[in-house]
Amino acid sequence: MADPMRIRANMTGDKVEVKVLMAHEMETGLRKDASGNPIPAHFIRNVTVTHGGKTVLSAQWGTSVSRNPFLHFRFKGGKPGEKVTIAWLDNKGEKRADEAVIAGG
Amino acid sequence: MNGKRREVLKAGGSAGVLALAAVAGLVKTGEALAQQWNKAAFDTKSVADTVKALGGSGSSPSGAIEITAPDIAENGAVVPVAVESKLPRTQAIAILIEKNPNTLSAEFEIPAGTDPFVSTRVKMAETSNVYALVIADGKYFHAVKEIKVTIGGCGG
Repeated sequence: MADPMRIRANMTGDKVEVKVLMAHEMETGLRKDASGNPIPAHFIRNVTVTHGGKTVLSAQWGTSVSRNPFLHFRFKGGKPGEKVTIAWLDNKGEKRADEAVIAGG
Repeated sequence: MNGKRREVLKAGGSAGVLALAAVAGLVKTGEALAQQWNKAAFDTKSVADTVKALGGSGSSPSGAIEITAPDIAENGAVVPVAVESKLPRTQAIAILIEKNPNTLSAEFEIPAGTDPFVSTRVKMAETSNVYALVIADGKYFHAVKEIKVTIGGCGG
């Protein structure tokens, strides 16, 4: 199981500012190990962020998103104390979901 | 071993074509594809092909898209890229790296209520133009910025 995400969700004005750091190797499939064998690709393909049952951001990623991916975005309609949930799914079917409580501005 | 690699490439290529056909038929604009992964788009190797695989016929340059990224990235493995669109009804933002082995890096669907802004970090194999492709009101627009890379981030 992958390590938990580090999530910060803060009110800035009337918007919720979300910053996420995910723990994932994001292996491209193009590299070789010490004995010259290709290292299989292993990367997050889908990211979905939800708030109050509504999707506020969805993403599809390829192998060129950096290792331990960082994501930053903003949405309207959230209030302090409410929850934001972030979920990812990778090319091997592994998944992880974490939530954070929105902090006041 | 090389022979095997060729086979894999061929198999990948034909699957890509099939997926592309499916996308052309099913996806009209930047409709949300929740938990689906657009293999055809992520397999593309040019900006024009990526735009097509994402459902567009071409894109127009726009001054209303801003790319925030360094002019020179010392480490190609971690290049911060932020894209902000001021185009009304921005539906999706994609980050394309022209000279990477695969052009498309990331695609974000922006629902109403979410700012047309995303910031992330990408890998760059070498110095390249980075395109921010924006789908707004069903039309395709882009901005370009060249990022010089001192140490590539995709090789071994």
